Amino acid sequence: MKEMLLDALHNEALVYTLMAFVPLVWVVPFALFAVWWERKISAHMQDRLGPMRTGGWHGWSQTIADILKLIQKEDIIPAAADRKLYILAPYLVFAGSYAAYAAIPFSAAYVGAGINIGLFYIISISSLVVVGLLMAGWASNNKWSLLGAMRSAAQIVSYEMPVALAILAVVMVAGSFDLQEINRLQSGWFWNWYVFQKFPFLFAALLVYFIASLAEVNRTPFDIPEAESELVAGYHTEYGGMRFALLFLSEYANMFAVSAIASTLFFGGWNSPFGEYLAGPVWGMFWFLAKGMTFIFVQMWLRWTLPRLRVDQLMYVGWKVLIPFSFVIVLGVGFWVMALR
Amino acid sequence: MEEMMTQPPAAPQAPTTVPGFGRALKTEEMVISMGPQHPSTHGVLRLELVVDGEVVVDVIPHIGYLHRCFEKHCEHMTNYQQVIPYADRMDYVAAMSNEFGFVVAAEKLLKIKVPERVEYIRVIMAEFSRIVSHLIAIGTYGMDIGAFTPFLYCMRDRERVLDIFEETCGARLLYNYMWIGGLSHDVQANFAGKVKDFCRYFRPQIKELNDLLSYNKIFIKRTANVGVLPADVALNYGVSGPVLRGSGVQWDLRKNDPYSVYDRLDFEIPVGKGLKGTVGDCWDRYMVRVHEMEQSVNIIEQAVEKLPAGDVAAAIPKRIRPEAGDVYVRTETPKGELGYYIVSDGTASPFRIKVKSPCFVNLSALPAMSRGAMIADIVAILGSIDIVLGEVDR
Amino acid sequence: MVTYFRDIWDGLVTVLIGMKVTWRHLFTPAVTIQYPDVKVKLPERARNRLYVNMDDCIGCDQCAMACPVDCITIETIKSTPDVDLGLTSVGTKKRLYVPVFDIDIAKCCYCGLCVYPCPTECIKMTDVYEFSEFDRQDLIYRFATMTGAEADAARAKLAAYEREQAAKKAAAASQAAAAPKAPAPQGGPQAPQPPAPASPSTPPEQKG
Repeated sequence: MKEMLLDALHNEALVYTLMAFVPLVWVVPFALFAVWWERKISAHMQDRLGPMRTGGWHGWSQTIADILKLIQKEDIIPAAADRKLYILAPYLVFAGSYAAYAAIPFSAAYVGAGINIGLFYIISISSLVVVGLLMAGWASNNKWSLLGAMRSAAQIVSYEMPVALAILAVVMVAGSFDLQEINRLQSGWFWNWYVFQKFPFLFAALLVYFIASLAEVNRTPFDIPEAESELVAGYHTEYGGMRFALLFLSEYANMFAVSAIASTLFFGGWNSPFGEYLAGPVWGMFWFLAKGMTFIFVQMWLRWTLPRLRVDQLMYVGWKVLIPFSFVIVLGVGFWVMALR
Repeated sequence: MEEMMTQPPAAPQAPTTVPGFGRALKTEEMVISMGPQHPSTHGVLRLELVVDGEVVVDVIPHIGYLHRCFEKHCEHMTNYQQVIPYADRMDYVAAMSNEFGFVVAAEKLLKIKVPERVEYIRVIMAEFSRIVSHLIAIGTYGMDIGAFTPFLYCMRDRERVLDIFEETCGARLLYNYMWIGGLSHDVQANFAGKVKDFCRYFRPQIKELNDLLSYNKIFIKRTANVGVLPADVALNYGVSGPVLRGSGVQWDLRKNDPYSVYDRLDFEIPVGKGLKGTVGDCWDRYMVRVHEMEQSVNIIEQAVEKLPAGDVAAAIPKRIRPEAGDVYVRTETPKGELGYYIVSDGTASPFRIKVKSPCFVNLSALPAMSRGAMIADIVAILGSIDIVLGEVDR
Repeated sequence: MVTYFRDIWDGLVTVLIGMKVTWRHLFTPAVTIQYPDVKVKLPERARNRLYVNMDDCIGCDQCAMACPVDCITIETIKSTPDVDLGLTSVGTKKRLYVPVFDIDIAKCCYCGLCVYPCPTECIKMTDVYEFSEFDRQDLIYRFATMTGAEADAARAKLAAYEREQAAKKAAAASQAAAAPKAPAPQGGPQAPQPPAPASPSTPPEQKG
């Protein structure tokens, strides 16, 4: 795709700028759809119907109506808030989540930036979200937002370790950080997918990665920052209207990013489960998106099933359960890979 | 508005030096208000928390936001029958239980004996009321802890009971059904069938609730060993109902001081045993409610089998004019021991009705349960006491 | 150590059990209905908005006295003997005009206590529950069918009738005083004594 645009425009800077907007074509409609889907899934799990009226068929345009409402809201910035940081924070949070899309291959033919340290880049750039959160909490000039933001930051930072270690296990098996390469190594039928390799280590790595990524995106059972029934509403207490919508958009963008990574690392990414059947550049995108959506569904399923962990229990799970297990997994995979050599 | 101070909050006790490290960091206790408008306070309740960091040092409940002068209103009612719609509205979640307490007290004052049919129907309605109240308690408790789905399941089951209520007396929430001397309507012809259908439907729902919420490890971690109320402290505070039974004390007025026909029905009293943590923690109180729902279904099934024929309006007096005197009667509502103290001066209008509200007393034990807990636990502890502000404030 | 692993195992297993419950519910039909397109049929005893059939109302005030929140206001005017207000549907003769029968449905607590004492069963709770108004004054339901002018006319007629009755009594009294004294009372039940002549300064009693 890059080559096509370069041929047409002959201006590298312009081409790279345009390429940066391409994942938005997926992310923004996805976020609109995901909010609707979440409401529908939660409704049916709770024996009710969810949105039914907006737009006719099962309320499909409910999210669009909500966005239109949010756009019309008055932009209120607390008087004592730090204006520059307050305005900047949601953009940083979004940028941190969105930047990860650069290195995720949507198909054999499309990847934003095919860098050979793709995974390393993804893990590092998504830490930008923490800066944005702390900025949001601090700039709100509300001690409860600050408390919520600090807890959020602590949660995300501590769960980055199991994420990185689980990814490390996959990298050891694949021998590369490049996500396209990892995809190519899982081509063939579905038993080539990494989730079935080096059993049970990579399966355990999937579990560790999935649970840790739930904490990264603040989903139940790790959604203390968003808990309405706790004392405070967390870092986004003081945000309203479109800024709040942007924070929510970045949460869904982040959700898809981690689901995409999970499906790429463990479930073959854009590879078809049937080998060469139903494969190809466009089919590849379909499989990739379908696998990503399956993980999103599981995240939503968990949200509506489980209660919330208390913040100290959350830290316990991160540090005392996931990290030891991920160390064991890394050791196990390491020995296995060495033994085969 | 009353301020309930069990003891004055301790003055900040920051040490000035820490051995081996020199001068200590100056800490200060903070006072936070979990204000009247809060998603988890189950009504308009203000909790003043004195916290040291994340740990709660003291909790001071401020109540009275829902005080509606129930007791004063009763003095101006032209007759005793008019009190019943007001009594409904105290614990509006389990209105039948409030009515039950009042009519038993008034009948004792008037020395009326009601027909057997009335007694059995009243017991059935009171036990439905217990189920309905516990469903709300469990559902909202799950929601406080973060599990949104069990709330909807509890509401769905509650609607089925409310349908039975609506068919019988015409209202879903506030019934005016139990009258002094009898009932306002006899039950419909298909009552027994509907009740048995519900009992058959409901037992598997309790099992599903247990699968989804009660034995969920995360829920257990949030509620076990949290808010422990030892039995002696519970007795000293005078708490009653599931809060007392959760602390291991086997005390239920339906067995220990029976009224109506409870002495002819066979059921057990669930008691907290500390299965998942300590005796008297939040999980115990919660599980007592779940088990009580099962026992209520047993009671209802027995009562509907034994339901005799009769006229429910036979003993309703034409004119209610008790002799001068007073009476105190206590009944076991879903929240605990509800007591009515009625003073009559010989006229048709009550001279004074004083209500001993179980939620009021149970709420007073909140500080004892929550010293040393974390802020996030306060929500769990408050939910496990199961208060309805309408009854706390009357 | 063992508890550590058992806790982790319990955690995973109970989460999966919970997920199974919600998965199953994903495929059960919803228990909600799409109000207002679909409405639930209320049972026959449902207690909702009050309705009064004024043709049957005899103005006895029982419902107003039974109401615990005093939401019913009734005013009555006695009718004169020459007027026939008709019978109610149960056969009682109506003797009172009812110019004012207001129910403040916003105050009503829907207890139904007004329904039971009505001797003609003219006040009922219907199954209507969709009666919101924009103005609170519209929630005061005025059931009376008499106009203000009719009520004034009835009051005037009653006042005139009573003046007439009082005048007749006064005339009868003065006539009795002017007549020769009645014979001495016998033993046993007393014959009615002629009343003392009314002093002219005392105004005739107003009733009504």
